[in-house]
Amino acid sequence: MKLTIEQVRHVANLARLSLTPEEEQRYATQLSAVLDAVAQLQELDVSGVEPTSHATLASSLLREDVTRPSLPPEKGLANAPVKMGTSFAVPKIIE
Amino acid sequence: MALTDLSMLELAAKLAAGALSSVEATRACLARAAQVDGKVKAFLRLDEKGALAAAEASDARRKAGNPASPLDGVPIGLKDIFLTEGVETTCASRILQGFIPPYDATVVSLLKQAGLPIMGKLNMDEFAMGSSTESSAYGPTHNPWALDRTPGGSSGGSAAAVAAREVFGALGTDTGGSIRQPAALTNLVGLKPTYGRVSRYGVIAFASSLDQVGPMARTVADTAALLQLIARHDPLDSTSAPVEAPDYREDLEGGVRGLKLGVPREYFIDGMDPEVEATVREALRDYERMGATLVEVSLPHTKYALATYYLLAPAEASSNLARYDGVRYGLRAKDAKGLREMYGQTRERGFGAEVKRRIMLGTYALSAGYYDAYYLRAQKVRTLIRQDFSRAFEQVDAILSPTSPVPAFKLGEKADDLLAMYLMDVFTLPCNLAGIPGLSLPCGFTKSNLPIGLQILGKPFDEARMLRIARAFEREHDFTRRLAPV
Repeated sequence: MKLTIEQVRHVANLARLSLTPEEEQRYATQLSAVLDAVAQLQELDVSGVEPTSHATLASSLLREDVTRPSLPPEKGLANAPVKMGTSFAVPKIIE
Repeated sequence: MALTDLSMLELAAKLAAGALSSVEATRACLARAAQVDGKVKAFLRLDEKGALAAAEASDARRKAGNPASPLDGVPIGLKDIFLTEGVETTCASRILQGFIPPYDATVVSLLKQAGLPIMGKLNMDEFAMGSSTESSAYGPTHNPWALDRTPGGSSGGSAAAVAAREVFGALGTDTGGSIRQPAALTNLVGLKPTYGRVSRYGVIAFASSLDQVGPMARTVADTAALLQLIARHDPLDSTSAPVEAPDYREDLEGGVRGLKLGVPREYFIDGMDPEVEATVREALRDYERMGATLVEVSLPHTKYALATYYLLAPAEASSNLARYDGVRYGLRAKDAKGLREMYGQTRERGFGAEVKRRIMLGTYALSAGYYDAYYLRAQKVRTLIRQDFSRAFEQVDAILSPTSPVPAFKLGEKADDLLAMYLMDVFTLPCNLAGIPGLSLPCGFTKSNLPIGLQILGKPFDEARMLRIARAFEREHDFTRRLAPV
């Protein structure tokens, strides 16, 4: 299976990666090779087989919904590349 | 014998007897790191101040006759995937450069409460994606047994630091073999516990249905002692299992007489290094000699594990790594026009080649029209792989195999061959898919003195028995007493 450059660009856009043209070429080739290798799974009959989500428990556990202290705003914002008051600041959203 | 050559429990005994102080042990580790880490490059950063402060507090507790745990005062290292409050944590990625976590991972809190000085943060493959530490944005780590070779990965910095005696033990994480393969390549004991055994709260996520935290140490008893401190239920991790941990050292000397040990025929494959195969087969004969019964078992879906893993892990990674968007922490492309361009440029510059490759693969596998054919199908094949193990464990108490098909390879040797690198995990990743525990144990050396690892796979939550099986072999040999020549 050979991925086209258009498919690679579509996936890169979904993943929010601004790839260079060289990377688009390289990933088209490399992803195609990996997809060829994983195509092996198509030969198995999996009808009636349940998918695994948690490998050792029947389901994840929920804890009681009780309030507990969370990070104070200044700690939560301490790593922000750009902040404004008690908010994270981002570039213009509407273009 | 140098102080830093002691095992964790040997050091703990000296600390308990007052023959040594934790400050002395911590200073010895710092001196050792200053001496060898220029060559080994295991550390991304040392926390000298934090470690010495913790050591002083430990000495005060010991003096007052009030140690916080059996390992109080024993210096250790952490893979740079664990959040450490106030200490930079990068996951070996440029995108997290300068990130100072505002809180500790649960396992880090547990180790601090137990009194272990944390020496610093150890190198790894970027976001734990790799088998050699070569995908680290900060350069590879070198194997203390042969400096031109890889220590394995992704927990390669943890492995190298312990093998080089810069720390007495370390924590790693294992998504497809990232504790066991580096342990095998550096002559350590490395344990990936059962999925759900150890909390992942505050551990940077790679593939959430596979990731698990575990200990790496130079002896079996050290591994058991370190596991004891972190194996507990954590309400902050909804995948954490409410299963009480047994005393992992209580039955360590119980031997293997009467145990049935499975040997899966699918794990002895063409392309395996002949010295690895011969050494592992010799270890199997040793177990027979010690009174265990070997039983050939079959895990018929083994050949699908690699493909299953390379769909599930990238798919989950592409979702987990969506959070690195330049908004709340880490790198931001500051010159971008508009939000969309900022996202794209930040991620393009912040992630390395292997991480981008897996994000692309995972995004493709989850994208509209492909979910059923790829992700869902892989989750179903995963069920078949789990069932293989369940059936095998009806007949046997544990399963033995090689950990890695080859000993430590040269840095750069497989860097350009994607599928050859992925093959490094062929014996380790079925265990993650099945959620069962796996341990790597030193079982010999090649003629050129490279370590070889034996893998012990167990039933869910059966870590105590696996450690006992490992200890039975360790007792009969001197492999875990051999020290890397660095």
